[in-house]
Amino acid sequence: MRNPYYWNYLPFMLQVLAAVAIASGMVLASWFVGRHRSSRVKLEAYECGMVAQGDARGRFSVRFYMVAMLFILFDVEAVFMMPWAVIYRQLPQLTGSRMFGFWEMLVYLGFVLVGFFYIVKKGILDWASDKADL
Amino acid sequence: MQLVLFFIFGGLCAAAALNLLLTRHPINSALSLIVVMTSLAVLYLTLGAEFLAAAQVIVYSGAIMVLFTFVIMLLNAGEEVRTRGSRAAYLVGVPGVAALFSLLTFVFLSQGNHLGKSTLANPATLYDLSAVLFRDLLLPFEVTSVLILIAILGAVALARKEH
Amino acid sequence: MNQVPDILRILPEVILTLAGVAVMMIEAVLHQNTSRRPLGWLAVGSVAAAFWASMAQFQMAPGTGFHGVVQTDSFSAFFHVLICGIVLVCCLIALDCMPERGENMGEFFALVLFGAVGMVLMSSAVELLLVFIALEISSISTYILAGFRKHSVKGPESSLKYFLLGSFATAFFLYGVALVFGATGTTNIREIAATLATTPMPAFPVIALAMMLIGIGFKVSAAPFQVWTPDVYEGAPSPVVALMSTAPKAAAFAVLLRLTYAVFPLLHVQWSSLLWLMAALSMTVGNLAALRQQNVKRMLAYSSIAHAGYLLVAFSAPSSEGIAAASFYAVAYAAMNVGIFAVVSHVGGYDDHLNSISDYRGVAYRSPLMGAVLAFFLISLIGIPFTGGFFGKFYVFAAALHAGAIWLAIIGLLNSGIAAYYYLRLLTTVYTRHAEDSAEPNIAPLSIPIVLALLLTVGSTLVLGIMPGRVLYAARWAASSVVPPTAAPTEIVVAPLQPAR
Repeated sequence: MRNPYYWNYLPFMLQVLAAVAIASGMVLASWFVGRHRSSRVKLEAYECGMVAQGDARGRFSVRFYMVAMLFILFDVEAVFMMPWAVIYRQLPQLTGSRMFGFWEMLVYLGFVLVGFFYIVKKGILDWASDKADL
Repeated sequence: MQLVLFFIFGGLCAAAALNLLLTRHPINSALSLIVVMTSLAVLYLTLGAEFLAAAQVIVYSGAIMVLFTFVIMLLNAGEEVRTRGSRAAYLVGVPGVAALFSLLTFVFLSQGNHLGKSTLANPATLYDLSAVLFRDLLLPFEVTSVLILIAILGAVALARKEH
Repeated sequence: MNQVPDILRILPEVILTLAGVAVMMIEAVLHQNTSRRPLGWLAVGSVAAAFWASMAQFQMAPGTGFHGVVQTDSFSAFFHVLICGIVLVCCLIALDCMPERGENMGEFFALVLFGAVGMVLMSSAVELLLVFIALEISSISTYILAGFRKHSVKGPESSLKYFLLGSFATAFFLYGVALVFGATGTTNIREIAATLATTPMPAFPVIALAMMLIGIGFKVSAAPFQVWTPDVYEGAPSPVVALMSTAPKAAAFAVLLRLTYAVFPLLHVQWSSLLWLMAALSMTVGNLAALRQQNVKRMLAYSSIAHAGYLLVAFSAPSSEGIAAASFYAVAYAAMNVGIFAVVSHVGGYDDHLNSISDYRGVAYRSPLMGAVLAFFLISLIGIPFTGGFFGKFYVFAAALHAGAIWLAIIGLLNSGIAAYYYLRLLTTVYTRHAEDSAEPNIAPLSIPIVLALLLTVGSTLVLGIMPGRVLYAARWAASSVVPPTAAPTEIVVAPLQPAR
């Protein structure tokens, strides 16, 4: 515990502890405060006064999948921006050229942009029309 | 401290991984996978890999698990039907995995003390990581964008409706 | 040594990437009903440009670029040229047989181009991380391409099987990389080779090498990692099979050659015995299983497993001769295998309406040209003289005999005999007259792309069989750049050359 590395994470740990405490506290409090009386009616499925019909798991359009997939891909690409931003000011010394650090990220972002251009033009994000044929 | 954290989260990770395999409902499996990913992130953190831990939470526990749950919803996957599995898997797979595991354990126990060590007093920072990524490994970094373009193309091509 | 700009070291990759981006963007802006064939021709043109750029790399001063992650030398140039040639012909085959509508043609060519980037990079990467990323690029694009026929049940099955097993194998490769990094503290091929001799943990590299061999063994479909091959080849469209049975394999063999001969020469005893076993198993399993196949593509899948085995025989030879023989075999195999799949995809069609061997009955009478070309490639696959297959096998077995691997050579020769049976069975079926009452096989009329593809493959198979000198010279030159020969043959380094093909 003498290690300063872990002290850096003290606020973070406190936050986690607080989150766990609040969540479990709420559940436990309602458990102790509330009264428990189980009956048959309580266990019935309730849906706006109607008896529930069919399966709760309906099918979803594949568009949801596309959104999730594209989100991951652009998320991964965005993660790389972080180390770049951290080191950006030192890049001229590191690479030995004033603008090289800028251009290398621009090339990368160019690829991101190509992907984005492709999906926009294909109409993947366009939910109203059926251009994308999803 | 590190050892305590390792045992807590290593155990949690292994338990969640087991639960992932044994549970019958896909959603439960996906949720166990989140536990696995998050405890892995904590393990990375105790090893001094701060950026990796953050990326693990953002990319794996965040984005990839969202995709998993989406796919489970899309497929309308219900409870799995238990199958016995193929006999070959039991005859070859189980001994094979056991042999591999014991081999690796033996090697790590016998020669692992020669592995390089780093102390947490000065862990590798994001700064060090970036210095490697944007100079020495610049080409692999740029090439990953091609990988991502492939993923986009593949997702679109395979999700398209059939005529 | 004069300074070569970094960008020239990856010029073929840059050309292919830009072409892929262009195809992708044009595909996106084109109207839905517009023909995508011009995109295919764009792909063909750019691969031809990359081919030319790879040729130019033979004349470039050998060296590394981008802080030592890529190395261009005659070895990488050799495989660059080979892979670009394969991809070029595969694009032509796809242009010939892909239907106009509803098959995502634009995405197809973009994926082929991007996949080619990965394969080409694999052969020039000398940094294991880059090797891994390139391997992933080439694999993922082939996983997707394998599932392009969504309407058939076997398409998605093929893609999914390939993806699951392939990712599993890649994980082994990555674990091997991690262990090597643990043992040596670096992932650069040269530095690994240098520090390996003094590492205090001799067991780590051995296990790491075994893991990497599993990963690569899967990619080249060598037994015992071959189970996926027939199912994947059966479900994937034929032009894609033409590609993935040759180009990623050539790239994986390039990585394997570098790994074994340049990185782990100290572990020669260990890896040569492992590869001996893999070679013997692949040849035997591939050929014996092929005997029982009724489906042409499954038969060719097993035949490709057997050919991976023949190529692995070359690893029993010491460095320069083994690398040269393996490289030459890779070219010969690529020429005839792409060629036979060109015929299969033209005759069988994109939807494989002719798929079993009995369907091929009388093809030679319906289309004499196709029958003759098919016969030619089958003869080459058997390894009869005056074809590329003969010299490929000749050099591989000669290398094995020189190295004293007599048993392996005997197993190989016996296997070649077995293989002749099933190749000849297809050959006789093609030349058997069709029964009067049944319908004749329906074969599409010839088109410009297929004629070009057949000209290129038949031409290169013939050239390799009649005058293999230049390619063999290039292969030896390539071998000398992986492992500098102790007694340097001086004339090899000086003259830049233009290998045939």
